[in-house]
Amino acid sequence: MLEIKNLNVSTDNTHILKGISLKVSAGEIHAIMGPNGSGKSSLAFSLAGKPGYNVTSGEIIFDKTNITSMEPEGRARAGIFLSFQHPVEVPGVRLDQFLRASFNAINKSREMDQLDPLQFDKKLKERLKVVDMDPALTKRFVNTGFSGGEKKRNEILQMAILQPQLAVLDEPDSGLDVDALKSVADAINKLRHSSNAIIIITHYQRILEYVVPDAVHILMDGRIVKSGNKDLAREVESQGYEQFANYLSNQSHLTEKESRQ
Amino acid sequence: MATTNEDLKTIASQQYQYGWVTDVESEEAPKGLTEDTIRWISSKKNEPQFMLDWRLKAFRHWGKLVGKSESPTWANISHPPIDYQNIIYYSAPKPKKKLDSLDEVDPELLSAYEKLGIPLDEQKRLAGVAVDAIFDSVSIATTFQEELSKHGIIFCSFSDALQNYPELIKKYLGSVVPYTDNFYACLNAAVFSDGSFCYVPKGVRCPLELTTYFRINSANTGQFERTLIIADEGSYVSYLEGCSAPIRDENQLHAAVVELITLDNAEIKYSTIQNWYPGDQNGKGGIYNFVTKRGKCQGKDSKISWTQVETGSAITWKYPSVILLGDNSIGEFYSVALTKGYQQADTGTKMIHIGKNTKSKIISKGISSGHGNNTYRGLVRIMPKADDAHNFTQCDSLLIGSSCGAHTAPYVEVQNKSAHLEHEAFTSKVDEDKLFYCNQRGMSGEEAQSLIINGFCKEVFRELPFEFAVEATRLMDLNLEGSVG
Repeated sequence: MLEIKNLNVSTDNTHILKGISLKVSAGEIHAIMGPNGSGKSSLAFSLAGKPGYNVTSGEIIFDKTNITSMEPEGRARAGIFLSFQHPVEVPGVRLDQFLRASFNAINKSREMDQLDPLQFDKKLKERLKVVDMDPALTKRFVNTGFSGGEKKRNEILQMAILQPQLAVLDEPDSGLDVDALKSVADAINKLRHSSNAIIIITHYQRILEYVVPDAVHILMDGRIVKSGNKDLAREVESQGYEQFANYLSNQSHLTEKESRQ
Repeated sequence: MATTNEDLKTIASQQYQYGWVTDVESEEAPKGLTEDTIRWISSKKNEPQFMLDWRLKAFRHWGKLVGKSESPTWANISHPPIDYQNIIYYSAPKPKKKLDSLDEVDPELLSAYEKLGIPLDEQKRLAGVAVDAIFDSVSIATTFQEELSKHGIIFCSFSDALQNYPELIKKYLGSVVPYTDNFYACLNAAVFSDGSFCYVPKGVRCPLELTTYFRINSANTGQFERTLIIADEGSYVSYLEGCSAPIRDENQLHAAVVELITLDNAEIKYSTIQNWYPGDQNGKGGIYNFVTKRGKCQGKDSKISWTQVETGSAITWKYPSVILLGDNSIGEFYSVALTKGYQQADTGTKMIHIGKNTKSKIISKGISSGHGNNTYRGLVRIMPKADDAHNFTQCDSLLIGSSCGAHTAPYVEVQNKSAHLEHEAFTSKVDEDKLFYCNQRGMSGEEAQSLIINGFCKEVFRELPFEFAVEATRLMDLNLEGSVG
């Protein structure tokens, strides 16, 4: 479904992603782990096409289409969803209206039916149950005055409504207490199925205790330094990221050799 | 080449939908302003003597003001000096004969209003809205007068009111905005040609929304209209004005005066959707909108509420204000002012607390884009006898792009220690993060911007009567089309 080929990305003239390659198939959950500043969020933004993240080389292929230079709304309409690490506040815009605008924009681009407020309200109520979110929040302005946990849950609610083929969840667990974490993980599990794929970006492995990944990748200094199965996440937990520094120096050595050739 | 220029001009002005001209024969006063012009206007309208006397007093006072300086200079706006002798002060479509009913109104005029979305034909009426249609200097029709008169409500053109209710006019005219008030109000008092008049009797809740629609059509003409609304004890009325003008290269002057009076327990809700021609993308042409609007809560427990959505005009200079004279009276001001291209707006309000336990609320939202310049200017004055006065002020600015400006100039004068004042202000940008968040949810740049802007204006739009809130939202979208980079 998703293939990232040797992706290099710069922002403000800083080289932040240095040759990332990754394949994700339908039905899979991949976890991307790494210390602060390793490029995890940059990878998420690059996949979503955020302005300012300039692809200097490499390609992103989604659903057999090269989307490397596609606009963010084009990618969203194609089925890529990004759950934000820091969800944005939109004062004065009620959440239910925002959600309907989003749902209809995507449906419109696919020439599917747009829902009127009553029809949408029905759908919204169903989806709220999936993520176990307080319906009262949908009458408030988007993320305005929401607690950290409410913001994260709101992101997952949007995923539940839009049902993307590929969901990139950027730290859906940060700032959550154990109960909230379990409930967010539970919602993610309910939303996974054989035809969609999920990439979870996280600093800690605790969410991966609840949402079990098919693959785990360690990202350091803009490179994937090691890939493995769920056990790799436990390794990080017990030994930290330090141990991967070796891989990093080896790999950069390799890259240099390659570029000399 | 000429065609290409024309094409470019059409494209540039596309966003202004109401820029066409109606072809009607007009009767105009000679250009320029002398005592004779004023006598000419007054006799044209067959006015009672007291009216002519008042006009002449105003004109003599204005003569002194002109001697001192051209016009007020304290506002944060700039324009070349206005040549007051180069303006036509009265222009009226020539009636084919004396009008007895709407059937006899020139079809050209009816279709002009039809095109503006204001059908005057009662068959096609806007549900629950009565309209007074003002074309250049005169009122051409007022709908639903019969229906309103059943409730004892008077809603007619100012000229008709002068003929039929001179006592009411004599009593209230200039009682809120005297002709000595300011330069433009004084000019208006001398030369005003028509306007709307409304009187709601004791205890009556006006069943219809009342609307005046102002249209400037003729070239080189100034529009000077005067609106006077009186809500007697325990009555209520909701009033809305709309306006538009053709696209012309010269600037045109619109200097109106609006006076509102509420007696005990009465309430007036006054809404404006201002969409005068704003000039082209280089700042050429457009209306100078220099307007004095003021309400007086004369009776106790009365309330006056101003809501304005200002999207048009090359320059807007207006400060709808409330004098809170009656004890427990309430004044409110809700404003959205949008400046784009080279538009300038210096707008705000004055809340003058005189009575005890009076309350005022100010919500101002300024949006600047392009090279637009937007200033909020407000005054909250608490007089010595105004015990326990409350004011809440919030003025927010939103910037789109980096060539525009936003300013706030809030003045506060407190002469009573028991006053409670709160002030909030913030400036934000339609920032990349908000846009990206919406884009990531599948919305286009335009859809995202519209959503963000309408969110910003929400507190003001929800004060508008329903039909007009929809209109205001549409107008904002239209005005900001193409401003996303």
